Amino acid sequence: MAHDIAQAHGHEAAATNTGITNRKLAFWLFLASECVFFASLLIGFLVYGDKTNGGPGMELFNINLTTISTFVLLMSSLAMVLGVNASQRGLARDAMKWILATAVMGQIFLGFQVYEFWHFVHEGFGLTTSPLSTAFFVLTGFHGAHVFVGILWLLSLLWHGRRGGLTAEKSEAVEVGGLYWHFVDVVWIVIFTVIYLLPKVH
Amino acid sequence: MATVAAKTLGFLPRPTSKTGFWSWVTTVDHKRIGIMYLITAFLMFLVGGTEAWAIRIQLIRPDNDFVSAQTFNALFTMHATTMIFMAIMPLLAGFMNFLLPLQIGARDVAFPRLNAFSYWSYLFGAIFLNSSWFWLSEKGVPDTGWFSYANLTSLKFSGGLGPDFWTVGILLLGTGTLVSGFNFIVTILNMRAPGMTLMKMPIFTWTTFITSIMIIFAFPAITVALLMLLFDRQFAANFFNVESGASVVFWQHLFWTFGHPEVYILILPAMGIISEVLPSFSRKTLFGYNVMVISTAAIGFMGFTVWSHHMFAVGMGPIVNTVFGITTMAISIPTGVKIFNWLSTMWGGQVKFTTAMLFAVGFIMLFTIGGLSGFMHALPASDAQQTDTYFIVAHIHYVLIGGSIFAIMSGLYYWFPKMFGRMLDEKLGQWNFWVMFVGFNLFAFPFHFLGLMGMPRRIYTYSSNMGWDFWNLVSTIGVFVLAAGITLFLVNFGKTMSKKMDAPADPWDARSLEWTIPSPPPEHNFDKVPTVAALDDFWYQKYPDEHHKDLVRPATPVDAHGIHMPGASWMPMFLGLFNTVAGVGIMMHSTVVLAIGLVGTFLAIVGWAFEGDGGYHIEVEGGH
Amino acid sequence: MRFRGSPALRRSALGLLASLSVLLTGCATLPQNPLDPKGPVAEAQTGLLMTSLWVATVIGAVVTVLLVIVVLRFRAKPGQTEVPKQIHGSTKLEILWTAIPIAILVAIAIPTVQANFATMGRIENPDMTVKVVGHQWWFEFQYPEKSVTTANELVIPVGKKVAVELVSDDVIHSFWVPQLAGKTDVIPNRLNHMWLQANEEGLYYGQCAEFCGDSHAKMRFRVRVVSDQAYTAWVETRLAQQKGLPAATDADIAAGRALFEGQTKVKNSAGKEIPKVNCASCHAIDGTTAKGKTAPNLSNVGDRNTVAAGILENYGPDGKFDAALQAANLKKWIRNPVSFKPGTVMPSHPESKLSDTELDQIVKYLQSLNK
Repeated sequence: MAHDIAQAHGHEAAATNTGITNRKLAFWLFLASECVFFASLLIGFLVYGDKTNGGPGMELFNINLTTISTFVLLMSSLAMVLGVNASQRGLARDAMKWILATAVMGQIFLGFQVYEFWHFVHEGFGLTTSPLSTAFFVLTGFHGAHVFVGILWLLSLLWHGRRGGLTAEKSEAVEVGGLYWHFVDVVWIVIFTVIYLLPKVH
Repeated sequence: MATVAAKTLGFLPRPTSKTGFWSWVTTVDHKRIGIMYLITAFLMFLVGGTEAWAIRIQLIRPDNDFVSAQTFNALFTMHATTMIFMAIMPLLAGFMNFLLPLQIGARDVAFPRLNAFSYWSYLFGAIFLNSSWFWLSEKGVPDTGWFSYANLTSLKFSGGLGPDFWTVGILLLGTGTLVSGFNFIVTILNMRAPGMTLMKMPIFTWTTFITSIMIIFAFPAITVALLMLLFDRQFAANFFNVESGASVVFWQHLFWTFGHPEVYILILPAMGIISEVLPSFSRKTLFGYNVMVISTAAIGFMGFTVWSHHMFAVGMGPIVNTVFGITTMAISIPTGVKIFNWLSTMWGGQVKFTTAMLFAVGFIMLFTIGGLSGFMHALPASDAQQTDTYFIVAHIHYVLIGGSIFAIMSGLYYWFPKMFGRMLDEKLGQWNFWVMFVGFNLFAFPFHFLGLMGMPRRIYTYSSNMGWDFWNLVSTIGVFVLAAGITLFLVNFGKTMSKKMDAPADPWDARSLEWTIPSPPPEHNFDKVPTVAALDDFWYQKYPDEHHKDLVRPATPVDAHGIHMPGASWMPMFLGLFNTVAGVGIMMHSTVVLAIGLVGTFLAIVGWAFEGDGGYHIEVEGGH
Repeated sequence: MRFRGSPALRRSALGLLASLSVLLTGCATLPQNPLDPKGPVAEAQTGLLMTSLWVATVIGAVVTVLLVIVVLRFRAKPGQTEVPKQIHGSTKLEILWTAIPIAILVAIAIPTVQANFATMGRIENPDMTVKVVGHQWWFEFQYPEKSVTTANELVIPVGKKVAVELVSDDVIHSFWVPQLAGKTDVIPNRLNHMWLQANEEGLYYGQCAEFCGDSHAKMRFRVRVVSDQAYTAWVETRLAQQKGLPAATDADIAAGRALFEGQTKVKNSAGKEIPKVNCASCHAIDGTTAKGKTAPNLSNVGDRNTVAAGILENYGPDGKFDAALQAANLKKWIRNPVSFKPGTVMPSHPESKLSDTELDQIVKYLQSLNK
């Protein structure tokens, strides 16, 4: 997609009315759209909060374990910030280190999620148990899928980097990847609050 | 013309041919994509029209047996789905694609390959959904309505493939639409000609902008609803499973959160077309341009606050119903403002009744009727008698045919010379309009009566003692007249295309930038990037008045190395194709087909990323 | 009074006139006509509808007149070369045509809010309650206060406020009696509330108004509004029947009942005794062994004005109940239900399964349930 910008507008990709490159602007719009996507899934979870169909309910959600995985994901965002910063300053090797760290932490988060899913299914809380379980698995599952896509994205950046592609001029690729990663993080904070924190408050 | 050396990392080289079938398949030119949208969507319009015709034949007399109950249900489901997602939206998308860059003085959209991908998603999605008619399985065609309310769509009540076709099909169509939404917003925000501030943009560009914003916020809601339905049907999930305690009303909220903005997505660009045609043939600038922009934005925003007016009978109670009734009534304010501004645009002008203008004036008349019955539905207690009757059917046909389709016809006559380099025959055009106008009213006005006589929607037959025979007969006669009117357009199209290209650049003495370049435009659109100092800049270049005498235009930017054009690509088509194959796999529960689809999708993305630039330069006389 | 429509022959000839008169006067030649309300709920709703229709018509007429003036007055004249003045807008006019619609909307909002609260949701202090249960494609009517159940023909007393509770057993339906009350959806997992009241005795047409699958068009019903005494008597009869349906004196009726309840046996190919037919596995008849729950309760089927959920009418064009017609309707329905209601789960009964004599016996039994 990187080529399209250059193609459409001559060689100076930055010569836009807003001063923001097409790619970054499109990506912001994509994230705005994603907000509605996750909001709809979250509403589903809220609507079905008490629809347990005789299966386990909200008490199942283990706040301790998830706090750890949430912390890991938050730290991955920090690593991403450092990675973007390094790439903007032209420190490709540092950038790659931080990107790798981000991807690893994302992978750890996914590991936690897989464990949690496995654990829930053993507790009799599977996708088909109840409206609540369905809403939970589909919401967190789609978030997990977003994390997974993010990891693939980071790996592709690393691959680019190995071929010397992560120059300061091309730091926007890292920056947009970072935008996505932070967005997925923020979505998780909201999900964590709704699923794990709020029920404990009551 | 120099071709930039292509990198060879991709699987397929960037195609370079400029003519022939494959050059269309691989094109990334917004004008060609626009024309492909228009032609495909017009064909789909004929498919949806044929379905309408079959529906009307079935209802021509009481207790008719032209089609079975199930076929009838499939017909009205596919008729609405086709008209909304595969005819009107892509017809409007065709205009947007063709016109948007021309109107803002750009050489293409922001992401040409993504633009092509949108088209291929649409085409394959449309083929996929319509193939359900030929899928030899019991209950293969979607027959649960275009709204497909849960839990009629559950495996328990719809065991066949119908809802699966519908779900996967709309997901595919929606993907293309969403991508278009991002693409157009970025194009408008980032790629306007020097001097063209937002408030100097042509009004059609504005409606495209607002519509695109609505698309990116409305479509995720239907995407989620469809995914939920998919999970319910494929993996026995419980989103709408009544036995496990789920709420079927939740589907309605999700669906209409999308569905109501969607109907404005269908009408706002149509209003944009009308707002271009009326000034041109009145020789006056659009009256109240600023107010028109604001009211478009207001309609767009308010479109997200009224979804529950589709659910007044759901039993939400008088308080909720009243709130949504009032938000809905409020929408008639900006809509009314538009109608009066259109009338004022013509007031004091020199109105010339070309076919495009006839359709535009017809639009004002018919859309007003549809808008007024819409206002009646906004009153919840009154709607209790109207909802799910033919009165609603009258309303939607007045806003979608009298509104959207008449605007599209107007736009076709207006921009045809720009698109095809030929002028449509005006004499045939006048016949085309009048036959369509009479036919449409004969077809749809009786729906008002039938609704007020208590005839519910979506019934495949009725008894003769209900007193509905006469108006049903009239309506069916009307559909034949309407069809004759549309046939006249096809005749006109055929006749015109057999002539040689002779349209001038500015046949209508019009006002916006697309009329400054030849008809049809060269592939790079503008030899020199235009610069703009006012709304209707082109008009004031031709007819300067005291306010627009000494306009100062920004300097023309220099194309340093000639004009860089994007290279054609196979990947958008392959991506759309393999997405669809994956969808077929999900629907058929076939891991092999799904795997082919997913691997193909992955390869298309990789090919996309690494196929290299492939662009080329065009040197224009005086371009430096 | 059993029927409120016009004779068949006049119907088509009067079509145009009837339609126009409906718009102008709301005349009652149409049986399912929302513009001819016969109760306070429908009156409030239709009243608002008519108000808004007049407002819409006037606005439409104003726009049309303006459009015609513009079109006639500002046509381009031959030889016209001057450029019209480019008017960019007028703040005064814009304010004017923003303010006028707002004023109209505020004016109409007041009766709207009144009508909404008067007609929707739960009613305080109803005279009685009925519960509507939607099924594909028929309506079940329960009287929770009396423990009475019936189907497809709701019986209510005239002039009484009837609270209606609605819920569906399968998919979403919508309960609509145009002359008595607008629609309220009948939804699974959700108890909805509405109310209705009839000013006059009579037979009112109703129809499901939410698309509910194959035979949505065939999901109809009637509301029979009777005098207070007649209603009380009807309920008494139902309760009496629940204590036990007396054995029939007529041999045919007794045979029909035995068939209905699955007591008439035949040998299947394996030589095992099985019921010839067993209507009772799906249908219930109060005071008998027939306790099926999945199909309409037939306790008073002989008393109903229609067969098969409002589709086959047991009265002629004159509105008079006709027992022979009812027998014919029941027979053709039992023989081949799917030809009247596509997708129905009721099996067909060809002659190989049920002889003419046996069918006659069942029909006689059903017609005997006419109280």
